Amino acid sequence: MSAVLNDLVNRPYEAGFVTAIESETAPRGLSEDIIRLISAKKKEPGWLLEFRLSAYRHWLTMQEPKWANVHYPQIDFQDIIYYAAPKPKKLKTMEEVDPELLRTFDKLGVPMNERAALAGVAVDVIFDSVSVATTYKKKLAEVGIVFCSMSEAVANHPELVRAYLGSVVPSSDNYYAALNSAVFTDGSFCYIPKGVKCPMDLSTYFRINTQDSGQFERTLIVAEEGASVSYLEGCTAPKFDTNQLHAAVVELVALDDADIKYSTVQNWYAGDEQGRGGIFNFVTKRGLCKGANAKISWTQVETGSAITWKYPSCVLLGEGSIGEFYSVALTNNLQQADTGTKMIHLGRNTRSRIVSKGISAGRSNNSYRGLVKVAPKADDARNYSQCDSMLIGSNCGANTFPYIQVRNPTAKVEHEATTSKIGEDQLFYFASRGVGAEEAVSMIINGFCKDVFQQLPMEFAVEATKLLGLKLEGSVG
Amino acid sequence: MIRPNAAVLLEVRDLDAAIGGRAILKGVNLTVRAGEVHAIMGPNGSGKSTLVKILAGHPAYAASGGSVRYRGEDLLVMAPEARAQAGLFLGFQYPVEIPGVSNAQFLRLAFNSVRSARGEDELDPLEFDDLVREKLQVVAMDPSFLERNVNEGFSGGEKKRNEILQMALLEPIVALLDETDSGLDIDALRVVANGVNALSAPDKAIVLVTHYQRLLDYIVPDYVHVMEGGQIIKTGGRELALELEARGYDWVRVEYEHARAVA
Repeated sequence: MSAVLNDLVNRPYEAGFVTAIESETAPRGLSEDIIRLISAKKKEPGWLLEFRLSAYRHWLTMQEPKWANVHYPQIDFQDIIYYAAPKPKKLKTMEEVDPELLRTFDKLGVPMNERAALAGVAVDVIFDSVSVATTYKKKLAEVGIVFCSMSEAVANHPELVRAYLGSVVPSSDNYYAALNSAVFTDGSFCYIPKGVKCPMDLSTYFRINTQDSGQFERTLIVAEEGASVSYLEGCTAPKFDTNQLHAAVVELVALDDADIKYSTVQNWYAGDEQGRGGIFNFVTKRGLCKGANAKISWTQVETGSAITWKYPSCVLLGEGSIGEFYSVALTNNLQQADTGTKMIHLGRNTRSRIVSKGISAGRSNNSYRGLVKVAPKADDARNYSQCDSMLIGSNCGANTFPYIQVRNPTAKVEHEATTSKIGEDQLFYFASRGVGAEEAVSMIINGFCKDVFQQLPMEFAVEATKLLGLKLEGSVG
Repeated sequence: MIRPNAAVLLEVRDLDAAIGGRAILKGVNLTVRAGEVHAIMGPNGSGKSTLVKILAGHPAYAASGGSVRYRGEDLLVMAPEARAQAGLFLGFQYPVEIPGVSNAQFLRLAFNSVRSARGEDELDPLEFDDLVREKLQVVAMDPSFLERNVNEGFSGGEKKRNEILQMALLEPIVALLDETDSGLDIDALRVVANGVNALSAPDKAIVLVTHYQRLLDYIVPDYVHVMEGGQIIKTGGRELALELEARGYDWVRVEYEHARAVA
């Protein structure tokens, strides 16, 4: 493959700067003492400490999952810092936020303050492990919406947190979910009461700053009967030569007729061209359509991380509930992604739709892994899956691992898959019409991803389009 | 139309090319002036397609000797997109499919890339739509073509028409048409040929690469070149094509070798 393809993919990581803020960190390593320290730092109630400790004890009995199509050296869990917080300060207004921090968000393009107002986005910003600023909280509170950091939710709405935390992803669910349950430090909490349509898109930007610090955020979104919310999550991390672990858990609960739309643009640092550094993104995301006619829709654009291991899933329990998964996963250089979804049909008349677009460039490896399961009682369940892979150059790989388990004869499950390649001939075709390689790749990629991009809120779609262009710059030619 | 004083648009001198150590072109010479229509004929493997690919800048082919001047400039140092922007066009023998990209998007991007390189204003989608609908008539294509993905699921004839549609939009100065007639039935051939004829002009030139004389019933060449073994071994007028049709290529080679032996 020609130099142009290579150049296009190899563009420097623009969010790769470190913010010089003093942080308060726990010693390296994990033990019951560290967990007690985290819990004490956060002044948590006893039940939450118990939740953590029981998760930790279970984690000790578990094995790291090895079934994913990714390869990496053994992680030393005793060499990770499990708690890192900017030096504590009481913040009343945005003006009090560390200007260094604000500049960081500026570089990241996080919409805050007036920008947030203009964009109509309420941002709950997570910096390492502590939420530093929550905007729009008041306006949302007027309609009864709670949108705050997980720590605040534990302090101010313990009954809600206690009722739902771990109800979708039990602390024993998997190795990384158990780890997260033991050591999670912060995250976002969102509660939309009965009948309320959230008046704006809610947004969180996560950022990993301290070298060698794991980030274990915990997000919980609950939409009561007839409520609806659209939640946007964007992620970046600075460049370090070592790998950082990111093991988040996201739980969504939708009651009768509720609607949750969860959109992610993930651009964690992916490591350099030799595969040094980068985030290990081992995330458990799951939504429960608990009520009848509930709907949960995941949309993700995954462009970063050295390794991505992530399967945003829907448990379709309520009759007539709907699960959707729209994904674009791009890997370049030595990135590895094993991502997909699980659609678990438990209730009658449940519907799910999967649209997955994998783009592989450089020497990367990109796998779609998806499960569609129809339980015996899920009469008339329907699933449609479409998994498309695109290869850029000749040194990358794409795989599709669909698992279909149907235990009800009335189910209807469809799976379609395609593989295509951006090759020299396509690029020459564009060139012979006066169009250079970068524009050509951008047009091809956007065409390939349009079914997913059209699911994103407008400003996110624009960002995602640009991001893919940046990530692929220099990879084509 | 032959006019001895017309500007030279394309001048190929002693062009050599090799792929994997095997010589494909061995000293090709060709001069194309404004207003002329050239046909390059010859058996399979004679180097016809390689010649036009090198002229258009295909990255898998490179000249190993000789020179090509396009309107006085050194063509071989130009990037392929720069060649297209400067008015060189290649109609492909096998146009590639581009999934997910609509023909309308593709055509507009190509059109605007060439326009802006010439310092002209780009057209917005509405303006472009008016223009492209007008150009569709050149190749008798239905506007529904614009909504389909580029060449995806197109029949052979539709792909070739789409090539001529692009030529109509980009208004090239020199159009290289590689086997534009292959795989066409007689009706499609007529449509494509009429399209090409409608686009010829005194300040432009067309170079057709073809196996068969039948295309030349519709597009009348000023020059017919016979290519063989990586060289142009005979050049004549339109009547040469008819003679080739009747007698095949072998006699040309015999004649050429005889002439070389005498010299």
